[in-house]
Amino acid sequence: MSAAPEPALDIVIRIRGLRTQFGANVIHDGLDLDVVRGEVMGIVGGSGSGKSVLLRTIIGLNAPTAGRIEIFNQEVTNATDEERRAIQRRVGVLFQDGALFSSLTVAQNIEVPLAEHTSLSPELRSEIADVKINLVGLPLDAANKYPSELSGGMRKRAGLARALALDPEILFLDEPTAGLDPIGATRFDELISELRDALGLTVVMITHDLDSLNAICDRIAVLLDKRIRVGTMQKLMADDHPWLRDYFHGPRARAAMNGPKEVEQG
Amino acid sequence: MTALAADTFTDASFTIASDTDSDAGGWMLKLDGAWITQQIGPVDQKLRALVLPAQGKAIIEIGDVSSLDTAGAWLIHRTELALIDRGVEVDCRSAIPAYARLLETVRANDAHCPEPPEPTNAFVAMVERVGRATVDAAVEARDLINFLGHSVIVLGDSIIRPGRIRFTSLVHHIEQAGLNALPIVGLISFLIGIVLAFQGAEQLSKFGAEIFTVNIVAQGVLREMGVLLTAIILAGRSGSAFTAQIGTMKVREEVDAMRTIGLDPMQILVLPRLWALVICLPLLTFYANLMGLLGGAIMATVTLDLTFFQFVRQLSGAVTLWTFWVGLIKAPVFGFIIGLVGCYEGMRVSGSAESVGRMTTRAVVEAIFLVIVLDALFSILFAVLGV
Repeated sequence: MSAAPEPALDIVIRIRGLRTQFGANVIHDGLDLDVVRGEVMGIVGGSGSGKSVLLRTIIGLNAPTAGRIEIFNQEVTNATDEERRAIQRRVGVLFQDGALFSSLTVAQNIEVPLAEHTSLSPELRSEIADVKINLVGLPLDAANKYPSELSGGMRKRAGLARALALDPEILFLDEPTAGLDPIGATRFDELISELRDALGLTVVMITHDLDSLNAICDRIAVLLDKRIRVGTMQKLMADDHPWLRDYFHGPRARAAMNGPKEVEQG
Repeated sequence: MTALAADTFTDASFTIASDTDSDAGGWMLKLDGAWITQQIGPVDQKLRALVLPAQGKAIIEIGDVSSLDTAGAWLIHRTELALIDRGVEVDCRSAIPAYARLLETVRANDAHCPEPPEPTNAFVAMVERVGRATVDAAVEARDLINFLGHSVIVLGDSIIRPGRIRFTSLVHHIEQAGLNALPIVGLISFLIGIVLAFQGAEQLSKFGAEIFTVNIVAQGVLREMGVLLTAIILAGRSGSAFTAQIGTMKVREEVDAMRTIGLDPMQILVLPRLWALVICLPLLTFYANLMGLLGGAIMATVTLDLTFFQFVRQLSGAVTLWTFWVGLIKAPVFGFIIGLVGCYEGMRVSGSAESVGRMTTRAVVEAIFLVIVLDALFSILFAVLGV
């Protein structure tokens, strides 16, 4: 089950006994998870194992059937609108394709959360948007472009900039490297790692990318049999659950761990 | 940066002091409170308005700040830059490594994005828009005629070899466009019959010629209203549905997949839809005519004290067989045009889901426009022919 956290750790997300169900289809049953401040937690699992549902449930887009979800020690499933807004201010989400508002430019997209949640002057909002655009490594002229004029990788970066607009403490990422070429994916991993260090973020990311898991995740949560098994990469690799064995010891995993040359020779 | 709830933070603030610790005459900005996005609104205005020293040395002390994020760090950095600009030597003091690192990150990412382009002169923009719209309309007309030609060939081919028509698909579209449209077409025609009868009776009673209300209803419904209303309903119901269906398939590359498998989208997607409307619209028009006359008859019996049989007798004198045919002949042509525009706009969808919506709207507007233009042309034609 979940790794028992040491008592001194600051737990920002605590899930206990989560059950999610659509009709007769049970997605999660008795799921426990703790996310510690400052870590990068990767969520993996087979297709249809409920990774995205879990993410959507944590950020409040899905109501769980049963169980408790606490963010910053605040129960979210029965929070008032006011409490919910307070949590939203401290949480950023990057959806798979950026989910930028298509009628707004990149700079305007980044200013949306600022305009909604703060009373900053338009000049300062625009200055902050400029900083965020730089921070995520977008070229300066991207500021006035519309999402349809950007490449997939740039849309993700712009989405990340919007997710970071309010300087969240927790950042949720849904398959951040999916659809990027290997160079773009590596750069995105590096970016997340840098931002985590510079801004003190806690990152929860769904990913299929073994390179990402290997490179930036401190701990990995695996969705198995409607529950979660948490551990470091080493610990999970030693696990003899059949799915984990296939996942971490398949040819792709070896390539990610060792680099391509050794695989060719082996 | 801390675990406190956001509303427990104190507002960001600063005080100006002369620095007594070191060099005399030094200027010191001492920051206090939480310098985070939620709390820096007021302090931003004060910092902008602040009168900065013109030279010498300045110290920015951020050790007392309770928490800091990129927005707060940006304000500190901006002030720092303004001082440096004036030739002041700045020393930014922070005892906390996390703050220093954040400031460093913001400093490294300071660059101004270009200003959004100025909106062009409204008049110029309008002229430009008119020009573009004209060119677009011309291009669209050419492409539509192109598509018309292609459709006529496919349609003609299917008359010679009816085996080419996908029968299941045809029946499906006849059900969707024809059978399922019966309630709405019937209701609207019935109501229009009532309206015509009521308005006619109102005006004609001034001359004591109420009986001719029947003529108005019969001529109005059979020649124009029946077919026109049915066509407009079908343009809204089925023409738009065709665009949305084919457009969605284009977005998901299903149409491309068809081509690579060797299936012709014209045969599979367009042909059954065209035939369905060409078949359905005359049938629906006939039904609409009956419902319109029924509505007129009911209104006439209520307001004019006519019996139903008197209505029928007057009706048989008021119309000839041609009155009926003039309406009905137009129906398959309108059906063809609605189907054509619906499929054409569907095939023009490219890339995004957004363009499906845009093309659907356009299909409806264009189909209704063309139907009314054609109706006018038919009127001229029939006037020349004398029917």
